Amino acid sequence: MRYVKPESFEAAATLLRNEDGIARILAGGTDVLVQLKAEMVEPDLMVDLKHLPGMRDIVAEDGGFRVGAAVCGAEMGEDAALKAMWPGVVEGVELIGSSQVQSRATMAGNLCTGSPAGDSVPAMVTAGAVARVQGPDGVRDVPVVNIPTGPGKNSLAKGEFITSIFLPARPDNASDAYLRFIPRTEMDIAVSSAAVSLALDGDGVVTDAHVAVGAVAPTVLLVKEAGDTLVGSKLDDAEIAGLVSAVEAACNPITDKRGTIEFRTKTAGVLAKRAAHIAYSRAGGQA
Amino acid sequence: MAFDAQAKRNFKVVGTRVTRPDGIDKVTGKAAYGADIAAPGMLYGRILRSPHAHARIVSIDTSAAEALAGVKAVVTGADLAQPDDEDFADVAINCLARDKVLYDGHAVAAVAAKSKSIAKQAIRLIKVDYEILPHVTDVDAAMQPDAPVVQEGRALETVPAGMSQNVTTHCQFGHGDLDAGFAKADKIIERSFKTAATHQGYIEPQACMASLGSDGRGEVWCCTQGQYMVRANCAAVLGVEESQLRITSSEIGGGFGGKTSTFIEPVALALSRKSGKPVKIVMTRDEVLKATGPTISSSMDIKIGMTKDGRITAARGELRYSGGAYPNGTVNMGAQAAFAAYDLEAVETVGWNAMTNRPKEIPYRAPGAPTAIYAVESVVDELCQELGLDPLDVRLMNAARKGTVSSYGPTFNDIGLVATLEAAKAHPHYTAPLGENQGRGLSCGFWFNFGGNTCVSLNINDDGTVGVVEGNPDIGGSRASISMMAAEELGVPYDKVRTVIADTSSLGFNDITDGSRVTFAVGLATIEAARAAIKEMCSRVAKIWDIDEDAVIWEDGCAKPAGPNAGTHPPMTLAEIAAIAGKTGGPIAGHHEVNADGAGVSFGVHLCDTEVDPETGATKILRYTVFQDAGKAVHPDYVEGQMQGGAVQGIGWALNEEYIYGEDGRLQNAGFLDYRVPVASDLPDIETVILEIPNPGHPYGVRGVGETPIVPPLAAISNAVSRAAGGRMTELPMSPPRLLKAMTG
Repeated sequence: MRYVKPESFEAAATLLRNEDGIARILAGGTDVLVQLKAEMVEPDLMVDLKHLPGMRDIVAEDGGFRVGAAVCGAEMGEDAALKAMWPGVVEGVELIGSSQVQSRATMAGNLCTGSPAGDSVPAMVTAGAVARVQGPDGVRDVPVVNIPTGPGKNSLAKGEFITSIFLPARPDNASDAYLRFIPRTEMDIAVSSAAVSLALDGDGVVTDAHVAVGAVAPTVLLVKEAGDTLVGSKLDDAEIAGLVSAVEAACNPITDKRGTIEFRTKTAGVLAKRAAHIAYSRAGGQA
Repeated sequence: MAFDAQAKRNFKVVGTRVTRPDGIDKVTGKAAYGADIAAPGMLYGRILRSPHAHARIVSIDTSAAEALAGVKAVVTGADLAQPDDEDFADVAINCLARDKVLYDGHAVAAVAAKSKSIAKQAIRLIKVDYEILPHVTDVDAAMQPDAPVVQEGRALETVPAGMSQNVTTHCQFGHGDLDAGFAKADKIIERSFKTAATHQGYIEPQACMASLGSDGRGEVWCCTQGQYMVRANCAAVLGVEESQLRITSSEIGGGFGGKTSTFIEPVALALSRKSGKPVKIVMTRDEVLKATGPTISSSMDIKIGMTKDGRITAARGELRYSGGAYPNGTVNMGAQAAFAAYDLEAVETVGWNAMTNRPKEIPYRAPGAPTAIYAVESVVDELCQELGLDPLDVRLMNAARKGTVSSYGPTFNDIGLVATLEAAKAHPHYTAPLGENQGRGLSCGFWFNFGGNTCVSLNINDDGTVGVVEGNPDIGGSRASISMMAAEELGVPYDKVRTVIADTSSLGFNDITDGSRVTFAVGLATIEAARAAIKEMCSRVAKIWDIDEDAVIWEDGCAKPAGPNAGTHPPMTLAEIAAIAGKTGGPIAGHHEVNADGAGVSFGVHLCDTEVDPETGATKILRYTVFQDAGKAVHPDYVEGQMQGGAVQGIGWALNEEYIYGEDGRLQNAGFLDYRVPVASDLPDIETVILEIPNPGHPYGVRGVGETPIVPPLAAISNAVSRAAGGRMTELPMSPPRLLKAMTG
C-alpha cells in the first residue's frame, strides 16, 4: 500500500483518477482504518487530505458556514456560532462514535461512506447543505442529498472527493433537531433516525419545514410530504399525526439484526415527531 | 476447616479498604497481559476458521501455504493427539477440527510465520474442501427427532432411548408429591421462557506465547483463569507429560469463567514443536465471539402453585439448555439452582442438554443458574401480581433457611437469605415512589460456591516481610484479599505482605479460578499456612527462651510467653525472629495443601426500577440495588465491585446481549458493535448492601461472592419491565423491537 500526502487538491484528484488499484481517501480515518483492521479492504493507494488548505477550517460565508471536510465532530461542537445556527446538524455529528472517534470523524466522511444510518446526514439534508466536490476537471457544488446513492455507494466519480460542506444562512426563528434510536445510550449505529428543520413566523406558525429520516431506506430520505404537512401549523396534534403518517409511508426499511421493518417504521415516525417538537421549541415556538 | 470459635473476632486488616497491589501497574500500562509477552525469534501464529455452521472436511491442502516464504509451520487436527478421555478429546477437536467442523468459526488449521502479514497471506493459501451438512442452532429444534445430528453417539446413559442424538444429558431433582401440592394451590401459573446465549465479554482477548523444543520441554505464557488446567489440556492434546510443561499466567483482562478452557495454547505449542521457534497467538474480537465459549442458550417451562395468602404449594421446572456443539452438563447446575431460594414441600426440576451448531459453552459466572432462576422468579412475580401480594413478603414466607431441605437435596446450614430479604424490605429503595411507565422488580439469586484443590506457600523473609505464593490467577482482587488474610493472621501490616501467582512448576496443583473459590479456599489455605509459620516461629522462640513450645503464644505479630509460668521474656516480633532464623534452624515458612470443603452457598436479592418508552420499546434502568450475603467481606471494595459487575452483566443479558444466527447458521454479530454490552451511560450507580452471615466452613466466615450477583438481574429486570409495560415478558433479551412488539401487539 502506498501512502501519499499530495500538495494540492488538483494533485490529489489526478492521483486518485490515475490509480488502477483500490484507492482510499484518508481524512478522519474512522471508517477506513476500521476496514483495514477488519481486513475488509487492502487499498493499493491511501491519499491523505487532512493537511490541504481549508480542510480543517470552519469559516463564515454568506451568512452561513463552510465546514472543511476534515473538521471533526468535536471541533464542530466547540464552535458556538455554528452550533447556535445549526444545532441539529452539530448534534448529529456529535453522536458518531466515542469521544476518541469524535476527535477524528468528519461529516464529509460520514456522507461519502454512504450508510443510510449515518448520523450526520439527515440534518445536513434538512439543512439543504451543499458539498463542494473537487475532481480532476475542477470543482462543482452538489446538494448533500444527492451524494449517497445506496449502502456503501455515492455519486462521486473516480478522482472526486469532497473538500467542504456549506451550511446556508437561515432566518431568525428557525432551528433544527436530530434524533436517532439506538438500543444503548451511545456508541451505536442508528436503527432509525430523523431530522427536522423548521422556520417560524413571528406568531410561531411554521413557514418552512424539512423532514429527513435515516436507516429506513437504502439512502437517507427527504420526506417532502412530511415537511409540507407542518407548514402553516403550530405543530398541533393533527399536523403531527400527518407528519408521522407521511414518514411511515415513506419508510422502506429492511429487517436485520438491528431491527425489523415494523420497528424501524414505527420508531422513525416517533423520532420525527419528537425532533419536530425540539426544533420548534429551539426556533422559539411555544408549544 | 471450621469457622473460628471466637464469636466476635476483632479484625484489624480484614474488612478494610486497602490499596490494591496491582493498581499502579494497571493504570500506568506496565502490567503484562497475554499479548504483551515476546521472545527472541518468535513467530506469529494465525488460525483458519470454518465459514460453515456444519460441514464435513473432505480434504485440507496446506502445500501452498507451506511453500510461502516466511511460513515456518502449518498444523491441522492431525498434528494433535487424540486423547482417550472424552473431555480432553473435545478440547482437542475444538482447538483444531478433525473430521467435521461443528460451528461457524471452528478452527481448522493454523500457520506460524515470520510476520503477521505473511501469516495472513498463508491462511488464504490453505485449501479446505467442505461437504456442507444441515445445521441446527436452536435448542428446541435440536431436540426434535429429525434434527440434524451435531455429533453421534455422545448421549449419556441417563438419556431415554428414541430421542434425537443431540440430546446428551438428562437430569432430575426434587422431592414431595407434586400432584397433591398443585391440588392445594389457589392459583397455578405455567409459562415458557427462552434466553439467548451471551458471552462473558471480557475486554482482553485470549493470547498466548508458547515454546516446545525438540527436547520435549515446553513453556506457555498465557492469559487464563487456571495455569494447571492449561497444563493438563496441553499435555493431553500434545501427548506430552505434565512435568515437561511450565505454564505461567499473565495479568488477566477479565475472565468471568470464560478463560477456564484452552483454545489457542495447544495450537501454539504444536506450531512451535513443528517450527522449533516460540509462537505467539493473539485472538481478535471476532474470533473471541465466534470461537470461544459463550454461555448456554435455553428454553424453559415453569409451573408454580400458590395459595391466596402466598404459600407456594408445588413447583416444577423443565429446562432445555444447549451448550453448543459438545455434550454439556451445565443444565445440572441450572436444575439444582432453580428453586434453591425456596423451602418447598413438593418440587421437581428436569433438565436436558441438546447439542447445536454453536461454539462450545464455557462457564460464565454461576453457569446455568441465571436462566433457570430468571424463569422461576418471573412466575413467582406473576403469581404475586395475580394474587395481589407483596413480592418481598411472599419470598420471606417461602424462603429457604437453616434446616430447609433444599430443592436439590442437601439440607442448608447457616444461610443468609432471610436476612438479605429483610435488608431489601427495610431499604428506602423498596418503598420509593414510581412514576408513569415505571416498574419495580425484584429477584432472589443463589449460587453453590466451590472450594477445591489448593496449595499455598507462605515465606517469612529475613527482613520481616512476608511472601505468599498461590496458584490462582487474580481475576477479582485476590492478591489483595490473600495478603490481607495473611497480614491478619500474622499480625503484621498489610504492606509487609506480597502475594504472587506461581507458575505450574513452582507450586502444587490448584483448581482453576472458578466457583467463586479463591478468596474462600486460597484464603483458607493462606490462613493455615500462616498458622503453620506461626507454630514454627513460636517453636524457635521457645528454644531461645528455653521453655516449652506450648508456653509461647502468638499475639499482635509477636511471640509472647503464655502466662506468668513461662517467665517474663519480652515479646519477639516477627521481624526479630526472621532476622535470626538462620541461627535457630533455618528459613521459616508455612504451607498448606487442601481440597477445601464447606464453601457455603450464597444468596442475593436485587431490586431494580425501570422505565419503558411505550413508543420505542426502550428500557431505562432508573435505580438498582444489590443485597448480598458475603459471609465476611475481606476487602469491601472488591465485594461491592463483584456485586456491581454482576448486576451490570445481568443488565446486558436482560436487555440487549445475544448471539444472533442467520438462516445459514453463521453468527451475525461477532463484534462489540452489534453484540451490545452495556456502556457506562446506560447505567445508574449500582447501590450495594453487604450482609455478613458467617460461613461456618471458613475461619473468618468468608463466602465466595463472585457469581451470585449475576443470578438475580435477569428476573429483577424482567419483572420490572413486565410491570412497567403492563404485560409479562418471557424472552431474553428484551431488546427494543421485542418489547415494542409485546407492548403494541
